[in-house]
Amino acid sequence: MQTFLRDATQFLPLLLQGVKFTLIVALGSLALSTVLGLVWALMRVSGIGWLGTIAKVIVNTLRGIPILVQLFYIYFVLPEFGIALTALQAAIIGLGVAYSAYQSENFRAGIEAIDHGQVEAAQSIGMGWGLTMRRVILPQAIRLVLPPYGNIMVMMLKDSSQASTITVAELTLQGTLIASSTFKNMTVYSLVALLYLAMCLPLMGFVSWLERRFGKGTRR
Amino acid sequence: MSAPMIEIAGVTKSFGAFPVLKGITASVDKGEVVCLIGPSGSGKSTILRCINGLESYDGGAITIDGARVEHDKPSIIGIRTAMAMVFQRFNLFPHRTALENVVEGPIFVKKEPRAEAMERGRDLLARVGLADKVDAYPGQLSGGQMQRVAIARALAMQPKAILFDEPTSALDPELVGEVLQVMKSLADDGMTMLVVTHEMGFAREVADRVLFLDGGVIVEQGPARDVLGAPSHPRTQDFLRRVLRPI
Repeated sequence: MQTFLRDATQFLPLLLQGVKFTLIVALGSLALSTVLGLVWALMRVSGIGWLGTIAKVIVNTLRGIPILVQLFYIYFVLPEFGIALTALQAAIIGLGVAYSAYQSENFRAGIEAIDHGQVEAAQSIGMGWGLTMRRVILPQAIRLVLPPYGNIMVMMLKDSSQASTITVAELTLQGTLIASSTFKNMTVYSLVALLYLAMCLPLMGFVSWLERRFGKGTRR
Repeated sequence: MSAPMIEIAGVTKSFGAFPVLKGITASVDKGEVVCLIGPSGSGKSTILRCINGLESYDGGAITIDGARVEHDKPSIIGIRTAMAMVFQRFNLFPHRTALENVVEGPIFVKKEPRAEAMERGRDLLARVGLADKVDAYPGQLSGGQMQRVAIARALAMQPKAILFDEPTSALDPELVGEVLQVMKSLADDGMTMLVVTHEMGFAREVADRVLFLDGGVIVEQGPARDVLGAPSHPRTQDFLRRVLRPI
């Protein structure tokens, strides 16, 4: 136990460096995936045929390719087309784009679950499509999509570890480097696991808070 | 005499191969209260939804105060702000309070100053007897109260006319009266109203005219006391007998 604590205090600063990048990758790609996911979802429900088809093709393509392959593609293949990104940029964009597909399906499910009478009521007081979405449908859909959104947040935080494969020095990569140079596998990976858990728990708390915040006015 | 507020001329509509409206011609004058009655599936609600552009129609023309209703043209927004609608299932916004429901249209569609809209919203809720429910969410209200909020929401748009689509059909029997009372007071104030209803008592007392629809055509129309009191067409007679004496 004493060795564990001694090693831990020694490794922790390095691992915390990794935590910083894990958070940057996770939060950056979360923001990107949310925005893109919402765009795809709104295209799907726009009622404009070709727009919906484009979104559908994008979403299905993204869902059908492993995230790891998408990361490799963005980091190793795009430079051949003159688009050179840093590892960090590639990780955020890669994870963000890949996850936008899952976000989109979640948002679409939430939007389509809202009673059509709400759309008609909004239209009947003269609201156009944009205003109906912004004032009537999305505020109600948020409540429905939050629980699965929390799921996606946690999954993204953990999947940010895939950025290690394209040399982003996030938590998993830092851990691997320390472990392979010290052979203290148990200490290192226990710490890594604990740090991921420590990041996930506040995230889950945040989602519960959001659920309470948007749950107002609903029948319990 | 001025042009009618709502004019329906030879309107036809089919759902796939099934014709729902087979050439409806009718009009509602300014300040007039017209009730649409008829068996379910006769096209009553469809005609109402066509007037507000919630539904398209295949042939004929609907004009509101001279403006033609085309559900997929930008002009429909203006028509809808002039033509409020009250739904069978209320369709209040559940995430907003009674007052927020009422002021939503004035503030976000008509861009009225917030304070002004709020004040008028409170007045309207008071008018429908809900001054004490301003901050209640729809989930905390009874069906009758929700429908009265919906009527206040319609009035907040300061419409030229209000369309009612079976406003009391989803209510418990003891709550029907409070909603009809509010509608009657609107009629007394001269509001133009087109009401799809099964409340024959309301139609008899409040309506200037009654249209009886069956199978997508207007079978009979005239002053309420004539159509309801002494119907001339056998289908009207049969319908009224079944509605007024169900067993």
